[in-house]
Amino acid sequence: MRNTRTKVLLYALNIIMSLLFIIPLLWMVVSSLKPENQIFADLSSLKSLLPLHITLDNYRMAFERIPLMKFLFNSLFYVSVICISGLGVNSICGYALAKLRFRGSEFILVCIIALMIVPFESILMPLYLVVNALHWVNTWFALIVPFIANCFSIFMFRQFFMDIPNEILESASIDGSGPLKTFASIVVPLSGPVFATVFILDFISHWGDFMWPILVTTGESLRNIQLGIQTFFTLPPIYYGQIMATLTFTTVPIIVLFLLLQKYYVQGITSAGIKG
Amino acid sequence: MMQTALHAHKREHISTFSRQKRRETLVGYSFVTPAVLLLIFFLVLPFLLAVVFGFTKFNLLRPDKIHFTGLDNYKLLFTDGLFYKSLWNTLYFTVIVVPVQSGVALMLALLVNNSLKLRNVFRIAYFSPVVTSMTVIAILWISLYNPNEGLINSALHFFGISNQPFLRSSSQAMNSIIFMSVWQAAGYQMMIFLAGLQGISKDLYEASSIDGASKLQQLRYITIPSLYNVTVFVLTITTIQAVKLFVQPYIMTNGGPENSTRTLALLIYQQGFQFRNAGYASAISVIFFLIVVLISFSMKKFLRDK
Repeated sequence: MRNTRTKVLLYALNIIMSLLFIIPLLWMVVSSLKPENQIFADLSSLKSLLPLHITLDNYRMAFERIPLMKFLFNSLFYVSVICISGLGVNSICGYALAKLRFRGSEFILVCIIALMIVPFESILMPLYLVVNALHWVNTWFALIVPFIANCFSIFMFRQFFMDIPNEILESASIDGSGPLKTFASIVVPLSGPVFATVFILDFISHWGDFMWPILVTTGESLRNIQLGIQTFFTLPPIYYGQIMATLTFTTVPIIVLFLLLQKYYVQGITSAGIKG
Repeated sequence: MMQTALHAHKREHISTFSRQKRRETLVGYSFVTPAVLLLIFFLVLPFLLAVVFGFTKFNLLRPDKIHFTGLDNYKLLFTDGLFYKSLWNTLYFTVIVVPVQSGVALMLALLVNNSLKLRNVFRIAYFSPVVTSMTVIAILWISLYNPNEGLINSALHFFGISNQPFLRSSSQAMNSIIFMSVWQAAGYQMMIFLAGLQGISKDLYEASSIDGASKLQQLRYITIPSLYNVTVFVLTITTIQAVKLFVQPYIMTNGGPENSTRTLALLIYQQGFQFRNAGYASAISVIFFLIVVLISFSMKKFLRDK
């Protein structure tokens, strides 16, 4: 009896809270499917959350007004390149710090941990000057190269590789396999989860990039989707239906990726939390 | 004879050992080099430059004409009303967001840490704003906060509350951003709390319920103390995230109205890239960095003092 009452209470609270969290997103998706005048007509009633007059006009018109597909492609391209090259560079660095003994490795590890503290905002200006000096402004290099190496990713990899038993690595090296081969053929296949975790954490954080792309891209050609929707929002005439369509369209790829790799994303967040 | 053989064997052993060691060193360096070089060029160097530029005056577009001005930027900083205002706004946001967001997150974690059939649906609901990018969230909420035809004012009408200006009013703009930020990020902290809750041994609850402890007592004497480390961690990352507040005011209010939402990160950006005062912006960056370090270290101390 008492158990049922707790259950009912939990359900009630959860449903109320879930609605609070989901209604803004639901309104975004539903409004993107409505004619402009209907969005405002429905605003003061529950109809604002029901897709009653479905049309894809907003999407069609938004696509005509701005090159959304190009922005989407730009985002997918540069974020994937950052993440994939990052997996290579950071994993091999993490491996050396976890499993190889050499002078200075302790020092490098301490530096990498210390550097995690430096907020991006405080190096924004000089990083721009560095990139500018390299003549990288408005090139893919500016968007990609500075973010390949990532202290947090190196640390995640190192923590994971520490747990791989030395015996496995030793037996591979006795069999005559070189260090790079040992890494590629023994370590990488054992480490799928950490690769997936680092990939998705990195992907989601760079997908949202906003401040840096404003600074280093001057024209539309390299602009990412976040800048695309922000410029669209300030571009008169403002139609809410079209804006909601672009927002929904921008959110879909990341939701798909999240659902595919959900387990690893949540694991990444929580393992950082528990190990502190 | 025997002895020489033994010596020879030993020598050979030592030399293979040192050869192997030398090889390991070589491999080690070559494995860390790509990452280390990239970090030096795009993190360490810019950081050192920020410190140096803090003592100079120059235009962002003319980095060839740098004047050393000593502590001038810092003197200016401490007489600049806009700096104090931005610092105050940053602290105000942080001081409100950190406890509210962590509190909401803990409550959500307690709500979904059970055997309800729909618990995964609820978890995804709370988590969905987290994966949506901040740009999308900010633009969406400008629409929701619209003073004339926004969804939130429509909902307030239902409860008989008149139209609110939200982002257009200097007294409501920051609180509106706070509310939205908590909504966006609470799901993230919820996940960390949830992992913490699931790490607590079930035996503790069983033993205490045999001793006749109520649910509320269990919460007070088992759950909350067991979450100490997780809580400190959540507070640390939330605080560091909070002092970086940038995208929301940049997109939603551009620092206004009347500078009520101008934050340190926004000020760095504007001084550096709008007014091109690269030296002055660097000085603010250094102060900003020191604030982050201070927060991290004080939180670490809490972890150790446990």
